[in-house]
Amino acid sequence: MPAADHRLTTLEVARFVAEGFLRFDALVPAELNPRVVAELGTLAQAKLPQAVGVKPTSDGLDRPASATPLSGCYPPPSALGELLRLPAVRGIIESLVGPDPAYDHDFVHLLPAGSGYRQHLHVDAIVDSADPSFDIQLFYFPEEVAPGAGGTRFVPGTHLRRARAEGVSRYQRLLGEQQYAGPAGTLLVFHHGLWHAGQPNPSDRARWMYKIRLNPRVPQVRLWNTEDFDAQHNDPTDHIFATMRFEGVGHALRQMQPWQQGHEARYELVHRVRLWRYLSGDDRYDVDYYLTRLEQRAQGGDGVTR
Amino acid sequence: MSVRQQVLYLWLAEGALDTPVVGWAFHDGSAGRGPALPGSEPPYANGAAALEDGWCLLQSPAPQALSPGAEHAIGYLPNEFVFERRIDLAG
Repeated sequence: MPAADHRLTTLEVARFVAEGFLRFDALVPAELNPRVVAELGTLAQAKLPQAVGVKPTSDGLDRPASATPLSGCYPPPSALGELLRLPAVRGIIESLVGPDPAYDHDFVHLLPAGSGYRQHLHVDAIVDSADPSFDIQLFYFPEEVAPGAGGTRFVPGTHLRRARAEGVSRYQRLLGEQQYAGPAGTLLVFHHGLWHAGQPNPSDRARWMYKIRLNPRVPQVRLWNTEDFDAQHNDPTDHIFATMRFEGVGHALRQMQPWQQGHEARYELVHRVRLWRYLSGDDRYDVDYYLTRLEQRAQGGDGVTR
Repeated sequence: MSVRQQVLYLWLAEGALDTPVVGWAFHDGSAGRGPALPGSEPPYANGAAALEDGWCLLQSPAPQALSPGAEHAIGYLPNEFVFERRIDLAG
């Protein structure tokens, strides 16, 4: 992201469309991370019992209700609120879901040292609608996570596939999947549809992760830093079998994951293009001509729908 | 009865059995007393390689009729092949 403007660039948003996530290592200042961990401990005392239907004995923090504008969540003094109001974090949020999105929910994901708990691959919530709008989920790791020490497993590029959680649990391994490991203060930003799963933590350190889901309250059209938009946004003639550009948004959207091979990748690309149409506000946008070809034929080539 | 089943799911890049493996899952009814999967990732380069290693094909995906309006839909991985290997624990 640009130094002076914390919003994302056009190419960063294009990469989010293609892969379904962005990663920002050690984004959160080192002095804030331990203060958030302390607050997460308090939050967990209320969240964890409630999640299994047990009334918590103490609320601890002033917890926001769903649909609260983010600006009203965790008012000062709150380390969590400080985290969510960091200019760098706000810039990412604003770029994808607008300047003051709605709080959906949050949760404290604590894996004690030696935890053997392993989730199946899943999608959060329920199967999606065809609407291209999307929520984001921030996965914040306040402490270093060593390789294999309970980092979240996820599969880049799965976010646009409409699937039910219980249906994707059958995939034990997919080429190109990742298990998060990284330094303290790292933020993963997921499209809500990205397939993911909690993993065991065989290490001798607890693993903390804070997850928050945010809903857009405005159309998600060109919310990022668009200074580079005209230079990166290709026209619909960018076509791998005719003339093509080897940079820009189209190039970013063509990048497939190792599990996305063969002709199936063309359908992935079509769905990325549809999402970019929504985000860019350009309903004629295309990559490799798949949609343009069909639309022009339907219009008889003269713009008149028959 | 001393026969146990090992089940291997392979998700292939396309509908042909000899296309690359992109995903897999293994369930071992022998609880480790039968042979393990090859240590490579993926365990087999393609579905045909699993046959050559002794796996028997139980199910292959049939082409589905496309629903009007949903021709471009993407969801679950479409090319799911299921194999089994029977392990005789007494043998």
